Amino acid sequence: MSTVQEIVERCQALYDDLDFKTVQAWKAAQPGRRAIGYMPVYVPREIIHAAGMLPVGILGGGDQLEVIQGDAYYQSYICRIPRSTIELGLTGRLDCLDGMLFPSICDVIRNLSGMWQMLFKDKYVRYFDVPQNYEDDIGGRFYTQEMQAIREDLARLGGREITDEAINRSIEVYNENRRVLEQLYAYRAREPWQAPTSEVYLLQRAGMVLPVEEHTALVRDYLAAAQTEQRPKRDNARVVLNGTFCEQPPLGLIKSIEMAGCYVVEDDFMLVSRWLLCDVPSDGDPLENLSKAFLHHSASTSAKYETRKEDKGQFLLKQVADKGAEGVIFAAPSFCDPALLERPMLQEVLAAHNVPYTAFKYAENSGQMAPIREQAGTFADSIKLWSAA
Amino acid sequence: MNTIITPPTSTKKPAAVQKEDAMWLQKELINRNYHELATAHEMNRKVSATFVPGNLNELLMCFDFARSLPETNALQNGMRKKSGKMIMDAERDGQSEDVCTYVKADLGMMMGGEIGPTGEALPRPDLLLLSYTGCFTFMKWFELIRQRYGCETVMLHVPYQGEGRINPNMRDYVVKQLKDTVIPTLERISGVKFDIDRLRQYMRESAKAEEDLVWTLQSAKHRPSPIDGYFGAVYYIGPIFTAFRGTPEATQYYATLRSEIEERIRLGKGPMTPDGEMGEEKYRLVVEGPPNWTSFREFWKMFYDDGAVVVASTYSKVGGVYDFGFRHDPDRPLESLAEYCLGCYTNLNLPSRVDMICRYLDEYQADGLLINSIKSCNSFSAGQLLVLREVEKRTGKPAAFIETDLVDPRYFSAANVKNRLESYFQMIHQKRSGSTH
Repeated sequence: MSTVQEIVERCQALYDDLDFKTVQAWKAAQPGRRAIGYMPVYVPREIIHAAGMLPVGILGGGDQLEVIQGDAYYQSYICRIPRSTIELGLTGRLDCLDGMLFPSICDVIRNLSGMWQMLFKDKYVRYFDVPQNYEDDIGGRFYTQEMQAIREDLARLGGREITDEAINRSIEVYNENRRVLEQLYAYRAREPWQAPTSEVYLLQRAGMVLPVEEHTALVRDYLAAAQTEQRPKRDNARVVLNGTFCEQPPLGLIKSIEMAGCYVVEDDFMLVSRWLLCDVPSDGDPLENLSKAFLHHSASTSAKYETRKEDKGQFLLKQVADKGAEGVIFAAPSFCDPALLERPMLQEVLAAHNVPYTAFKYAENSGQMAPIREQAGTFADSIKLWSAA
Repeated sequence: MNTIITPPTSTKKPAAVQKEDAMWLQKELINRNYHELATAHEMNRKVSATFVPGNLNELLMCFDFARSLPETNALQNGMRKKSGKMIMDAERDGQSEDVCTYVKADLGMMMGGEIGPTGEALPRPDLLLLSYTGCFTFMKWFELIRQRYGCETVMLHVPYQGEGRINPNMRDYVVKQLKDTVIPTLERISGVKFDIDRLRQYMRESAKAEEDLVWTLQSAKHRPSPIDGYFGAVYYIGPIFTAFRGTPEATQYYATLRSEIEERIRLGKGPMTPDGEMGEEKYRLVVEGPPNWTSFREFWKMFYDDGAVVVASTYSKVGGVYDFGFRHDPDRPLESLAEYCLGCYTNLNLPSRVDMICRYLDEYQADGLLINSIKSCNSFSAGQLLVLREVEKRTGKPAAFIETDLVDPRYFSAANVKNRLESYFQMIHQKRSGSTH
């Protein structure tokens, strides 16, 4: 059995690999294999999987990629993730991808889909719209058709039909992955000293490039290995981290929050793998089932419209309650419209329920962690030392 | 209640600013709408707020709503130098310095007692019609207002033209939302039953006005151009992009405007500017992106002082792209409203936007492209540097890039903008001189 250290080292290597060698190796193992990239926040990976293709999460270049060309495509007031993604593309690092999906999350990623169409004319590129109407016969019908369009596109690209049976099998595989990730998150919330978020994060990132079956096994291995090691328990503040669903914070930032005295017990990293909140039925019409799961059982995040005012912030409040959190850290990428426009509304709801919070901004290439550590440390102190509890 | 009001007439004009009659009429229409809004509740009218791109003015009129357009409120406050304080008030209240200044100007205005641009207090909307067209921020904007003021909100999600076309699934989705969600909500809140023939009548009026608007904007193909297709067009699009599309007043406004422009063409005149008739037309430009509102006249002056006229702009299509044939169609009213929403400029993908700009450069015989990149507006701005390169590559015409903001005066650096514009005009001049050798 692998040790925690071995598993984490493997995940770290995957995280550090900006050339997507794992994807290249997966493709090279069998001629004709294809890989499809996708950006945050959600795409139904089951359809890509059912096409026999590898879904690959593209989350920008992090803090290790020197962005030279990408900066020439963006003004200073636009976030980092599109410019580092362009850099990855222009430097050939994404050549292993046969296509890219750009989900509906914000205007920047939306427009990046058009840029990709112009810059990479030989690749399959699609903007993937998701409904903001959650009625089955309105938004559901639209969404099912959108998924059907992707299914037909990928069938053409792969040269084979994607049957209902194949999608249902893939739904099973992803249900299993979602279940094991929920186990991981539950374990971390129960014993956060045993599963630090810097490790949970790397495990999640590994799921962006590994085949889903392999990722499920990896998370299981980690859970088993983590329980064999006893780590020191600290009197840290339990927090929910919110706002990190698209451009990623540097790993150093996550470590800094932990070092400052916080246990992150819930987060919105890599929402694609935790978007659907329950098992999707794997019999019947798969697109209809995926649609119903999206409409009625998916995570609440700022990329989605909240139909009722009274529901705003309830998902976050429930996360706080379910995971026994004592506060919320809002960490938003600079110039991130979804996160920054949502934040005041969530803060208002938290304040009304006496949940403490703090907020700061970051960029994927942020280098100075001292201010973050000080702020998170002060926040943890305020909870542990000075709160009414 | 009948929303039809008597046609406007021009009133006495201050001497300091030169405007065409149609510009004065436009101002009067806009001000009248503010007065209607201010008195709506005492007149027992319900008030709706909705956004310019994808606005459903004809539909709202079917339910007798008074109609408020938050972006227009923000830009009017910007032009009147009121927006700076509003933005800072919203930032002090917790809004990020990074996000859209239209949103913050609107929130700041509401925090300051909801005093509108004309000085009259604006009522709290009874309904926020969230027509989510071409801009993600719209969604958050109305969520923020709903959060603060508890206004009822109805969503019309308009899918993006990611593939550069409207497919039947997109149109059907919008129509279905109109039928099953939007119209029932409008009926419930207004207490007025939906009458599709009334909608058809308004749409007939819309189409007439659209015809004259297109003629006006395309008059810039003449040399010299009788209009400025960006700064001047801001006035021309005012009625049709806001609360007047579908009204006889708008039809009359555009007929008046058209006859004025016809006269200018007959006399060989260039555009009217705030300082009077423009002098010699030296440079013909296409502009991409919204204008800056806080220094609007100063910004425009930088162009006409150097003999630069904008012959076509993408901003003048933000509330509807009519120049490639679309008209509101009373024979298929809901489908036509859907196509209108789907077709607004910022709902087009980037390759379509590049195609459109290249076409303008060709058809309007422009010397080059200027991009005014707006900090607030990712919908417009993200990707503009690639748009610039593509357009240069395809047309061989020079392009330039300046950066300002919509209504935040802190982001308008007059000296920088002027320097860049002067350099750009020189570049065009040199390129032109070079091509004659």
